[in-house]
Amino acid sequence: MTDTLTRTVFGRLSLDSLPFLHEPILLGTFIVVALLGLGLLGVVTKYKLWGYLWKEWFTSVDHKKIGIMYIILGIVMLLRGFSDALMMRAQQAIAFGDNPGYLPPHHYDQIFTAHGTIMIFFVAIPLIVGIVNFVMPLQIGARDVAFPFLNNLSFWLTVAGALLVMLSLFVGEFARTGWLSYAPLAGLQYSPDTGVDYYLWSLQIAGVGTTLSAINMVATVIKMRAPGMTMMKMPVFTWTALCSNVLAIAIFPALTAAFFLLLLDRYTGTHFFTNELGGAPMMYWNMVWIWGHPEVYVLVLPAFGIYSEITSTFTGKRLFGYSSMVYATVVITILSYLVWLHHFFTMGAGPTVNSFFGIATMVISIPTGAKIFNWLFTMYRGNIRFELPMMWVVAFMLTFTVGGMTGVLLAIPPADFVLHNSLFLVAHFHNVIIGGVVFALFAGMVYWFPKAFGFKLDDFWGKVAFWGWVIGYWVAWTPIYVVGLMGTTRRVNHFDDPSFQPYFVIAAIGAVIILVGILGFVMSILVGFLKRDQLKDTTGDPWEGRTLEWSTASPPPAYNFAFTPVIHDLDAWYDMKSRGYERPTSGFRPIHMPKNTGAGVILSGLALVFGFAMIWYIWWLAALSFAGLFAVAVGHTFNFKRDYYIPTEEVAATEDKRTTLLAQGA
Amino acid sequence: MLRPGSKLLRRAFGGLSILALPLILGGCDKMVVMNPTGDIAVQQRNLILFSTGVMLLIIVPVMALTIWFAWKYRRSNPNKTYDPNFDHSTTLELIIWTCPLLIIIALSAVTWTSTHLLDPFRPLERIAPGKPVPVGTKPLEVQAVGMDWKWLFIYPDLGIATVNELALPVDQPVHFSITSTDQFNTFYAPTLAGMIYAMPTMKSELHAVLNKTGDSWGYSGNYTGRGYSDMRFKLRGVDKAGFDAWVAGVKAGSNLDTAAYLELAKPSEKVPVMRFSTVAPGLFDRIVNQCAEPGKPCMVDVMRGDMMRGAKPGHARPPEGQPPGQPQPADKHHPGMSALTPIRTPGAPRAAQA
Repeated sequence: MTDTLTRTVFGRLSLDSLPFLHEPILLGTFIVVALLGLGLLGVVTKYKLWGYLWKEWFTSVDHKKIGIMYIILGIVMLLRGFSDALMMRAQQAIAFGDNPGYLPPHHYDQIFTAHGTIMIFFVAIPLIVGIVNFVMPLQIGARDVAFPFLNNLSFWLTVAGALLVMLSLFVGEFARTGWLSYAPLAGLQYSPDTGVDYYLWSLQIAGVGTTLSAINMVATVIKMRAPGMTMMKMPVFTWTALCSNVLAIAIFPALTAAFFLLLLDRYTGTHFFTNELGGAPMMYWNMVWIWGHPEVYVLVLPAFGIYSEITSTFTGKRLFGYSSMVYATVVITILSYLVWLHHFFTMGAGPTVNSFFGIATMVISIPTGAKIFNWLFTMYRGNIRFELPMMWVVAFMLTFTVGGMTGVLLAIPPADFVLHNSLFLVAHFHNVIIGGVVFALFAGMVYWFPKAFGFKLDDFWGKVAFWGWVIGYWVAWTPIYVVGLMGTTRRVNHFDDPSFQPYFVIAAIGAVIILVGILGFVMSILVGFLKRDQLKDTTGDPWEGRTLEWSTASPPPAYNFAFTPVIHDLDAWYDMKSRGYERPTSGFRPIHMPKNTGAGVILSGLALVFGFAMIWYIWWLAALSFAGLFAVAVGHTFNFKRDYYIPTEEVAATEDKRTTLLAQGA
Repeated sequence: MLRPGSKLLRRAFGGLSILALPLILGGCDKMVVMNPTGDIAVQQRNLILFSTGVMLLIIVPVMALTIWFAWKYRRSNPNKTYDPNFDHSTTLELIIWTCPLLIIIALSAVTWTSTHLLDPFRPLERIAPGKPVPVGTKPLEVQAVGMDWKWLFIYPDLGIATVNELALPVDQPVHFSITSTDQFNTFYAPTLAGMIYAMPTMKSELHAVLNKTGDSWGYSGNYTGRGYSDMRFKLRGVDKAGFDAWVAGVKAGSNLDTAAYLELAKPSEKVPVMRFSTVAPGLFDRIVNQCAEPGKPCMVDVMRGDMMRGAKPGHARPPEGQPPGQPQPADKHHPGMSALTPIRTPGAPRAAQA
């Protein structure tokens, strides 16, 4: 009787579900996380920041603040994902012969699954979405995104997904199925515990956020550009943001559907992806990779945009071959749909099908190669300032080309037959994701940081971050390419052959060097904050920028632009500067702006509870939170107080302050 | 921090490549993918080297130009042309689109032919370069089964089976039929040939040949859970006499009857080499059809039954008058060739042609 009652109330949750009670590594982690969390809460409470955070940040619909919150989420999750990486590197460096290492498969398998899942879904996506959120509306001369509330909701749904993944550290288990949780391994029969459910629900919730955000960004680019900014006068970063989000809208439904069918298999006993009763696990692989391959381009296209903006700014030149850059981006967007099968050439689809997908994959390298040449010829006859963002660009060009080459190699099916699922493959995708996406994210964060906060990052620690990442990358991943050529397969937690060991030890050293890079970046923010008066940007244009975001103050006022600019040329701000643009100092009018709302936080909180209840089979709570979700969502549609006007006096006061600042600077 | 940036950068990259060199060279004999002993893997290696060479034609100039431009056009260099409006050149645009295009056209042609020639389902035409397969050679049949977490190899013509040990006579074409009990594995012997997935309810194929004697390792490339890391098999290349001796040795082992197989099929880790002198007939096909367990209907029967009943749901039972799970091979040397056709064979149309 009590047993039934407990199960009704708590589902499959019990004291045994708290693994940190009996695993020392987890206990240590739990204590550290709990102390840090309590410390943070304490500081916020002590300085009475709750009201400020709630009013100014959590409920904010300002695209700049939401962008910054996305980036903070991405950096926090990067620390988690990177700890996983360090643990894996340490395990592989010692687990040889009789030494089983310190991580048994049960733990190790969760770590590599969490590492991949977190790095893609909760580091790369939030950082990219964050930068797009912050920069793109400023670049097109808009005051906010098309759907400000949706933007807030998207962010909080992503946070809810991230929280669920973090929760799995201490309550239950995370999946032990690899970052895409392939069927049939991820089916109920082979993964009966909560791991895969945590995986599926967190990604479903975060996935809704990402999809909504993509819709929002596309609508913003299409509808909210300043007058005169035709499509072919849009900054390249805005172009790449547009293409990336169009891709995201097209692919995320495939992932959601695949996960939904897998959830049905796990919860209702259907057989979409089981071995029995006509199930087709291979279909799951196809569906996740129809999402998975374009997803790489969802991440890397905005990265290319960041490189383009930085190259043009720091060479003091117009971007070479703007239109070929735009066409290359669009071509990549379309082609990226046609290549997913290259993730499983080795399933034996047949030589004609394999050749098609192999050649389609290689064709992508043509526009990508053209882009590299475009950056190269932007540098040609330039006047290059090697400030930090530009250093990241050069490091990217040298690193990414190698990754591109190994990528084309893997696109040749017979070559893939010997390299697939090996550490060579793992080295390849880290080469393109670190060399392509991560370097861009750091370049972008350094580049736009003064715009967001009004002061530059500390240069010395920024360089520590740069050299840590660049040297660390090569030291960590070159040996992994080599062991891949020795026939070593991925996701292995123990080796017999001691001759591999030196390579893994070097790789572990490389990971530590990358750690120095990550800590260097955190330090560059802290030291930059302490030295903020020296590093202050009073002009709003600290890098001699060329696009519209540099025409506003740093940080920009809530309304971005007191008057919507009119665009005449591609590099709009450079054009305005060279034509002797004078900033208007009078004639301000009230500005119509969206109002903050707590609905996003509440909805996402309910989604988090719903996901947790579903994972643990607490059906009453799931029903209740779902009903709550529905009620709040419907209720919010009756909230008609969604906008307000910033009065003329306030606009004038803000702008006058800037006039004084500019006068001081001059 | 203007000039030293690019200088340091260049030095660091130079230093790194020098550091990496001895490591790469030192690992040469261990790099089985680059030093294989099977003709198929050798051709795959050659393809990798050729394509890398072709791509270096463009990669090396791009990297060199990057460093050169970064150096030459640095702000502190007075001897440079600065042209802020240089943003278009039709000639350059033509070059930057054409060069990658030409390389990809070359690689595409190579891809098309090599993908067809090295298709794992395609019977071998040669044993080694310049050594065609003699007319009338019958390949050695091997059935490989990925299990949790070990590899089972059945030699149907010899009536023997092994676990985690695959012996192959050198210069003898081998035809693998590959499946898995429940997970998606890849059959991967890097020194022999490329990998191919071993999937439950499906049969994939691989044609290969080993040209040198010697031992090496084979793996599963796709993660399948707890015991995956130790799911390895020893690949032994032996000469004709050595192979006969090995077979005679295996013949001294125990029987792999249905009961022994079901015991073997239970998940187990770090499984030592096992040898079986006899194998239950048609075992491989029953594994493919998920009916190795007595009394469990074979998928092929279920599907035939469904077809006869108009595929109504809920009618998945073996047809009357036919005992479930007891396929009757027409030819005891080729069970499954006529009586049972695996339900889903990747590349099925081609298999039918063969």
